[in-house]
Amino acid sequence: MSETALSRPAGGEVIRARPSGFLGDMASVASRALRLLPRDLEAIIPAMLIPLFFLVVTIGAIQNLAGDVVSDIDYKAFQLPVAIMTAVTGMSRANSLVIDISEGYFDRLLMTPVNRYALLLGLMVADFTLFFVMAIPVIALGFAIGVSFGATGVVGLLVFVLFGALWGLAFTGFPYAIALRTGNPAAVNSSFLLFFPFMFLTTAWVSRDVMTDWLAAITWFNPMTYALEGMRSLFSGWDGWALGRALLAIGVVGLLAQTLAFRSLRGRIRRG
Amino acid sequence: MRISQQPLVPSSTVPAAISAQGLRRTYGNVVAVDSLDLDVAEGEVYGFLGPNGAGKSTVVRMLCTLASMTAGSASVAGYDVAKQGDLVRLSIGVALQDAALDGKLTGRETLTLQGRYYGLDRDAAVTRIEELAPLLEMDAIDRRVSTYSGGMKRRLDLAAALMHNPEVLFLDEPTTGLDPISRAVVWEQVRSLNRDLGMTIFLTTQYLEEADALTHRVGILNHGLLVAEGAPDELKRTVGSDVVVARVAANPDLAAQAIGQVPGISHIEVYGNEVSAATGDGASVISPVAVALSAAGVEVTDLSIHPTTLDDVFLELTGARIEVEE
Repeated sequence: MSETALSRPAGGEVIRARPSGFLGDMASVASRALRLLPRDLEAIIPAMLIPLFFLVVTIGAIQNLAGDVVSDIDYKAFQLPVAIMTAVTGMSRANSLVIDISEGYFDRLLMTPVNRYALLLGLMVADFTLFFVMAIPVIALGFAIGVSFGATGVVGLLVFVLFGALWGLAFTGFPYAIALRTGNPAAVNSSFLLFFPFMFLTTAWVSRDVMTDWLAAITWFNPMTYALEGMRSLFSGWDGWALGRALLAIGVVGLLAQTLAFRSLRGRIRRG
Repeated sequence: MRISQQPLVPSSTVPAAISAQGLRRTYGNVVAVDSLDLDVAEGEVYGFLGPNGAGKSTVVRMLCTLASMTAGSASVAGYDVAKQGDLVRLSIGVALQDAALDGKLTGRETLTLQGRYYGLDRDAAVTRIEELAPLLEMDAIDRRVSTYSGGMKRRLDLAAALMHNPEVLFLDEPTTGLDPISRAVVWEQVRSLNRDLGMTIFLTTQYLEEADALTHRVGILNHGLLVAEGAPDELKRTVGSDVVVARVAANPDLAAQAIGQVPGISHIEVYGNEVSAATGDGASVISPVAVALSAAGVEVTDLSIHPTTLDDVFLELTGARIEVEE
């Protein structure tokens, strides 16, 4: 370590802070989160493997029973949206945020000129990127077992993945809200419990018309049902009504979850 | 290489870099900071001295826009802390008590990212990292921060706070927990920042010698209240030039009474079994003090004389000593 005192270059312009703008702030926060993703593989790899496991097991267990009764599309295709949703639901940087809060890094960020909302949106940008990455092995496995987007082609595939990523993005509001409100990693992990009613009180395994009445009734109120139906519609062709309902359902979940998240952010900033 | 100990008393000719009026912060029923008025001139090194829990960090957090004020107003670098938080944050650099670093990033990534938060492009960040090299262990700059020692982390934290050449630098207990060598490095850099770059520095410390060595003026904070403020030498003069300390086996009050009879003693404080007596001339009163204690039948375990320190000032003002916690 040199003992030379700190100095500014003679005649050189002094480098000073300047506002980066909202997008610049968001990009800075996102770039850190993305840079850290490959250093956090122990959290990502299991989350990648679980949907693959369930996809294989569910198809293996039910496909022969399902026949043409469960749905009007191939059961493997029927299950692919479920696998995507399993991959992206609850997957977020909320655990990293809790670590940042407990270790003081979040305070460091709050003392920079970075826009407060960009602190959260930047993380979500990283999440959104991660969701596309998470979808890759699921889609690859889908292709490997014979799922085809013949009716809508590559664009259909992209829309399919986009819907999954949008659902994941909408859902991230819940773990972020819990992270910001509690600063407790265990509480953040418990947000995964929300996944169960969303995922299982819906048409995850069979279509509504073959369910018991009570479960079918519940699925009407579960936004996940419409997200899944919209994604499944892409295997049969372009169905604007199904896609529109899916977007609306995702929007409702997003509005609720993100409102909670940003209110929690404001609360944490206010509490100091 | 000491900085000048001449106080930079804020005046109409020297704009205030930090100013606060009636600053107050409560947490429920607990008053952390109360009725704090503060003026720190541009280019001044101002130190907050006080024990743990005195409210030092709370003041820093309020001035850095991290915590809201319950009452009062404050400005930093000419900007209103409550209403112009964005501009305050553009103007300040902060290193809090615990070096808040991401262990998964390398030192270089930490600094580059910190630069981005302040709008520095890649070239500017590279330039600043070169300029900040004296603070850093450049051999380790591409290693993950999780492998750094406590001292290295603290210096990296300080470098991060300086990436954008802030007008005002806040250092919250910058050397707590550091080894003597790292502490000396931080001291030298603080001096350099102020002397060579004219940076205004607001630091909190529980180390008396740190406040003495680094600051132009000291504010002594106790239980959230500013109990004294001035240049370290000025504050010490209010107590006396020397302090005679008598540690007794028992009866400290009787010992205080006996010492109080000795001519030349100005203030007496009792703290546990320790009696401190301020005087203008320690050498001439120590023998009479010993005689007085003996005559009073007090068993003395130790009798010493030392120049007045800020701890003596603190004792005089609050009746307690600063207990340093690492």
